[in-house]
Amino acid sequence: MLKIEDKIFTNIYGNNSPNLESALRRGNWDNTKTLILKGRDWIIDEMKASGLRGRGGAGFPTGLKWSFMPKEVKDRPHYLVVNADESEPGTCKDREILRNEPHQFIEGCLLASFAMNAHACYVYVRGEYVNERYSLQNAINEAYNAGLVGKNACQSGWDFDIYVHHGAGAYICGEETALLESLEGKKGMPRLKPPFPANCGLYGCPTTVNNVESIAVAPEILRRGGGWFASLGKPNNTGTKLFCISGHVNTPCNVEEEMGITLRELLEKHAGGVRGGWDNLLAVIPGGSSVPCLPSDLCQNLSMDFDTLKELQSGLGTAAVIVMDKSTDIVRAIARLSYFYKHESCGQCTPCREGTGWMWRVMDRMAKGNASVDEIDTLLQVTKQVEGHTICALGDAAAWPIQGLIRHFRHEIEDRQVQRVFDVN
Amino acid sequence: MSNIKKENNDFCFSKENLSLAEYEINKYPKGREGSAIISILWIAQKQNKGWLTPEIINYIAKFLDLPQIRVMEIATFYTMFNLIPVGAHHFQMCGTTPCMLSGSDELKNLLYEEIGEQNSVSKDNLSWVEVECLGACCNAPIVQINDDYYEDLNATDLKNIIDDLRAGKEIRSGSYKDRLTSAPIDKNIKMLTQDEIEKISKARKKPGLGA
Repeated sequence: MLKIEDKIFTNIYGNNSPNLESALRRGNWDNTKTLILKGRDWIIDEMKASGLRGRGGAGFPTGLKWSFMPKEVKDRPHYLVVNADESEPGTCKDREILRNEPHQFIEGCLLASFAMNAHACYVYVRGEYVNERYSLQNAINEAYNAGLVGKNACQSGWDFDIYVHHGAGAYICGEETALLESLEGKKGMPRLKPPFPANCGLYGCPTTVNNVESIAVAPEILRRGGGWFASLGKPNNTGTKLFCISGHVNTPCNVEEEMGITLRELLEKHAGGVRGGWDNLLAVIPGGSSVPCLPSDLCQNLSMDFDTLKELQSGLGTAAVIVMDKSTDIVRAIARLSYFYKHESCGQCTPCREGTGWMWRVMDRMAKGNASVDEIDTLLQVTKQVEGHTICALGDAAAWPIQGLIRHFRHEIEDRQVQRVFDVN
Repeated sequence: MSNIKKENNDFCFSKENLSLAEYEINKYPKGREGSAIISILWIAQKQNKGWLTPEIINYIAKFLDLPQIRVMEIATFYTMFNLIPVGAHHFQMCGTTPCMLSGSDELKNLLYEEIGEQNSVSKDNLSWVEVECLGACCNAPIVQINDDYYEDLNATDLKNIIDDLRAGKEIRSGSYKDRLTSAPIDKNIKMLTQDEIEKISKARKKPGLGA
């Protein structure tokens, strides 16, 4: 279990105030100037040494991502854009950072922007988080008044502005290029890559898009050293991570834990265990709705890290653990996710626009027992035709939960359709 | 435009909202004022009791010097813009899997019974709609009423909320399970005080700050 000394987020539940005075006492904004004066290369090297992998779902190394930005600012300004459009079903960690640890996050924005030669940072907060947006804006105003951001931020000589932008309810805007389109005042439709945002992002300028959690952990990593962060967790899956535990557990919660903790320990130590005991576990979705579910027999000694979950053909994603006990109608649970993707497809690419609707309609019939058994293979084939044939990963994300269901719970679907044949006869 | 109800009123930002809108525009570089379109539509929607009319869309297009279709496509793409009237208290009930697992079906049935069909305004000026993940899954099931989240609900809690709204009473946002934000409901969990955190933070080794 993660020691309190190693925790990064010490006010994640908001038992203490999010305001600047409290944040200073928690150790935020502690000699930020010293960190800045150490220079860009030092910051990026420390981030690389920490082994931090992006916390938004894809797990791309953050230090490496930062190093892709052009070294010199030429004719176009650089931007940092933070993705706080948290909409992946199961995920609710960034919300807690925005409302309870905003200063940790703002300090991270300053350090990351400096490392990438950006004088301006936009934070894209999802539209539904109205109060969270106000909390963040309050904290930003406090930081401006205290001279921590703005002209000559923290007396470092670096000018830095941070702005809050908000969306209006579109899951697709969590995709980085769709987010940039939305930030430019257009429909959130993903762009073709290349060019990548590091060359041509917001307003055609070099841009880096990072998740809130990846940015918020940066100040502590720099202060306590990349080596400290790398000493936690497992090789290539280092550090701590906020896990969001929802569904059929006794005490659902957000909790910061070490990467590579076993699922059982995570659920039993923090979430009061699976409802009805560990043996009552049916399946988990280990990383938010987009990753395939895992049945209980694969969960026995399951290590919660990127590489282990990938080997099991699932993923850590955003570390949003959705727990389902044996009372769950898993076909319906996944069918509901198919509806989600159908609802959230932006409609740009045909395989996704048509495929998500088609998959949902079949899943819905399967959940009701109104399909025939041979449709399962057709459905699986369609998921393969959607997967990898779209501009962004929403098509893949819609296909994977269904593939996971068919891989591990095919018998459930079959039984239901067979049952219907008996019922009809 | 045919799915938009016509209403004959000239829309104009209030003085307060005009300065809010200008504040939003000033966040973006010169020539990029269009970036503020979502926040400006949002302000307009708030001023107009929660929904957007064709007149408002025209007004915003002129306000931002954008073609009308550019504003229209934003208003139709993003689900939080309502193109039909909503009630004074607009319920957005999350029905995605984590909430569904925690009992949102019960809430949905209750909303059908109490308020009626989705996207219609009841006689006592309430409306509701099922939305996709609201991003507070550890506090599922959730209903958002106007701007605030109501968390850890069951049908009884939601019924009480609706009754209180009908009676014109204040309602309390946040969790209905006596818990602090998304902390586990566990009496044994120890929350650190400000002093304890300060002590721990000071004792930490911080090589990054060394010479």
